[in-house]
Amino acid sequence: MEFGLSEDQRLMQDSVDRTLEKVSSLERVRKSAAAHEAYAADIRAALVDLGVPGIVVPEDEGGMGLKLLDAALIAEALGRHVAPVPFIGTAVMAPLALMGAGSPAQQRAFLPKLAGGEAVAGIAISERGAGAREGAGVTASNGKLNGKALFVLDFGGADVFVVGDRTGGLHLVWGDAAGLKKTQLTTIDLTRSIGELDFHNVEAEPLVSGDAQATTRRMLDAGRVMLAADTLGAGWRMIEKAVDYAKERKQFGRVIGSFQAVKHMCAEMAAELEPGRSLVWYAAHAFDEIPAESSLMAAHAKAHLSEVGRFVARTATEVHGGMGFTDLLGLHYWFKRIGLNRQLLGSPERVRHDAAVLQGWAAD
Amino acid sequence: MDLAYGPEYEAFRQEVRDFIAKHRDKASRRNEWQRLLMAHGYAARTIPKEYGGYGAEPDILKSRIIAEEFASARVPMGIANQGISMLVPTLLELGTEEQKRKWIEPTLKGEIVWCQGYSEPGSGSDLASLQTKAVEDGDDFVINGQKIWTSTAQAADMIFCLVRTEPDKPKHEGISYLIFSMKTPGIEVRPLVTMTGLAEFNEVFFTDVRVPKKDIVAGRGQGWYVANATLKHERGMLGDPNQAGSRLKEIVALMQEETVDGERLIDNPLYRDRLLQLQARVHAMQFHGLRLLTASAKKEDPGIARLIVKLQGCELNHQLAALAIDALGEIGVLYGQSPHLRAWGTWQHRYMFDLGLIIGGGTAQIQKNIISERGLGMPREPKLAKDNAEPKLEKA
Ligand SMILES: Cc1cc2nc3c(=O)[nH]c(=O)nc-3n(C[C@H](O)[C@H](O)[C@H](O)COP(=O)(O)OP(=O)(O)OC[C@H]3O[C@@H](n4cnc5c(N)ncnc54)[C@H](O)[C@@H]3O)c2cc1C
Repeated sequence: MEFGLSEDQRLMQDSVDRTLEKVSSLERVRKSAAAHEAYAADIRAALVDLGVPGIVVPEDEGGMGLKLLDAALIAEALGRHVAPVPFIGTAVMAPLALMGAGSPAQQRAFLPKLAGGEAVAGIAISERGAGAREGAGVTASNGKLNGKALFVLDFGGADVFVVGDRTGGLHLVWGDAAGLKKTQLTTIDLTRSIGELDFHNVEAEPLVSGDAQATTRRMLDAGRVMLAADTLGAGWRMIEKAVDYAKERKQFGRVIGSFQAVKHMCAEMAAELEPGRSLVWYAAHAFDEIPAESSLMAAHAKAHLSEVGRFVARTATEVHGGMGFTDLLGLHYWFKRIGLNRQLLGSPERVRHDAAVLQGWAAD
Repeated sequence: MDLAYGPEYEAFRQEVRDFIAKHRDKASRRNEWQRLLMAHGYAARTIPKEYGGYGAEPDILKSRIIAEEFASARVPMGIANQGISMLVPTLLELGTEEQKRKWIEPTLKGEIVWCQGYSEPGSGSDLASLQTKAVEDGDDFVINGQKIWTSTAQAADMIFCLVRTEPDKPKHEGISYLIFSMKTPGIEVRPLVTMTGLAEFNEVFFTDVRVPKKDIVAGRGQGWYVANATLKHERGMLGDPNQAGSRLKEIVALMQEETVDGERLIDNPLYRDRLLQLQARVHAMQFHGLRLLTASAKKEDPGIARLIVKLQGCELNHQLAALAIDALGEIGVLYGQSPHLRAWGTWQHRYMFDLGLIIGGGTAQIQKNIISERGLGMPREPKLAKDNAEPKLEKA
């Protein structure tokens, strides 16, 4: 029995982290946000060099063939550096869609491209994770899609979209398909691109070689774990920033970090967030190794990290006083990243309801 | 990451299960059960044979399997009182050969019950300011002073006690750790009734209590360091996630059985949502426990991850009790011998008692000081001017 990271996993996370430290500086993030970039191409290129987009893609399809826990370590690093790049959709959920429900030909056609960073895949299954709003929903008939999908992940610059329909089917749609209208949705978080797809008789290629329903479930579970890991990374960075600031800023002739009220805020953030790391690790591990617990643990990780993440985000901001509230300091990028993660693929309340259903405690 | 225990451990698990199935009817006879557990290595497992233990190599996985199996079969583990959890490890680490031979075995068997005499009316969180004096007189120390909040003192045979032996030294260096009988002349125990309605702790008064000098653990003036060795063991004991796990199961069962206006509690979305929030926390703490277990097996320092356990674990237990009470509603406030009482009033008792555990063994605020200072490297409180900071050690 060993509950922890392997040496390889630590090294891998460390190298992603160090790369991001260099390429995803606050100034770079700020520039990307100001320009409403689809994503930061230079940061993405640096991650492609490390093989990040192919993390879960099998080796013979050009990927690294690693597990969701490895992907979670990357998501954590991306959250730490509020990296404005696609990942959850294109590197995790899309490969899972193809591996779970794609034909060998579809896998051949897409997986190496996704793994090599030559293509970006967006994911349109929000309706299955968070519920349908604004009349969203996609209908498939005769190889054509109609309707709309909201809160599409890794939206900007996507070459292809994986789209879930109302009956649980999955489809591939080209980003430049005729009849497809793409609208950017501006959220609080300008480090990730979210959008809306409107379909008018859009040509689509169904993923029909596996169980699309079960695959959608897997995509959701994986996506939820990734969002939880992203919040873990963003949250810890906020704690570190708060602690560093508290050790420097002086009031009443002493550093504010020597005031117990401030120390206790920091201690509470750490005490709340750190067990979340164990939960994220377990949920990610269960995804690959303990199928019976996979969906439940993904739900718990998502809901719990959303709750403690919110507490950390507001508390770390408070520790910085007025400075925390400014655009200048940039702390708000982390605050907003955590805020977006909370709602994507299901709010904590909704995700907990899923957890209840999974245990037979509530009707679907 | 590898959560499989492997064949050797699974075989061990089977052994434990077989033992429980065969002997569980004896579990209600406390001392007999304890001796049986010791004979099979399910209690006092790693204590050396010469001191009455089972003498097994430390193997945290086996210890965990024992804990898991006993919890899931709902049979009591070996006795976990302050003597076994705190004094025995302290003696093993710092006691003389004679002290180990004399005290460890009967303590393990439940024949000697100990209490912990640390806190005083003026010295709680600031334990090192304690004032109970021990003055040398011939072959003895003569003790005068008072302890307070001393759990089980009314039933204890022995006490491990902190006293000030070197009043001229700085506060941390003037303390000694003595062990002596509660029957020694000059000791008076006055039970203190707690908010639960039971007398769970006591005041202990010492008037010219004579204790032979040899009954000191480690040297004179070493008591603070000895005490810290024990506190480390105490904090490990408080906030155990296995306990939270079994409480959560009890609450699920309760919410599936109890109804209000004919609706099961679990079908009420508000209570159910609280249940799920706590379920996530229980899982997080359980996995966190596995992580710490792995770290200690690999002799790695888990840093801040360990420092948060007492704070988070005790709070979680308290919150679990709160949910059970709230879900029960008016029925949840019944207590004592009332009609309609559920589970002997356990949830109210736990809700109150667990608040005591949040305070005892280092308060939540002291835990936050430790987390921020040792875990996050934040500065200590600035010291007051010298005159105010030093405790007045010599009261007339
Ligand atoms: C159920 C229970 C069982 C116990 N059993 C034993 C026992 O067997 N033997 C024994 O020796 N003792 C025992 N204790 C005593 C326990 O260790 C003390 O109660 C505890 O250390 C707190 O000390 P105090 O009660 O004097 O509170 P105080 O130290 O006076 O604290 C009062 C309040 O002030 C806060 N405070 C104090 N100092 C600081 C600081 N530096 N920073 C921030 N806040 C601070 C505390 O957090 C608390 O909120 C027990 C206590 C309880 C509740």
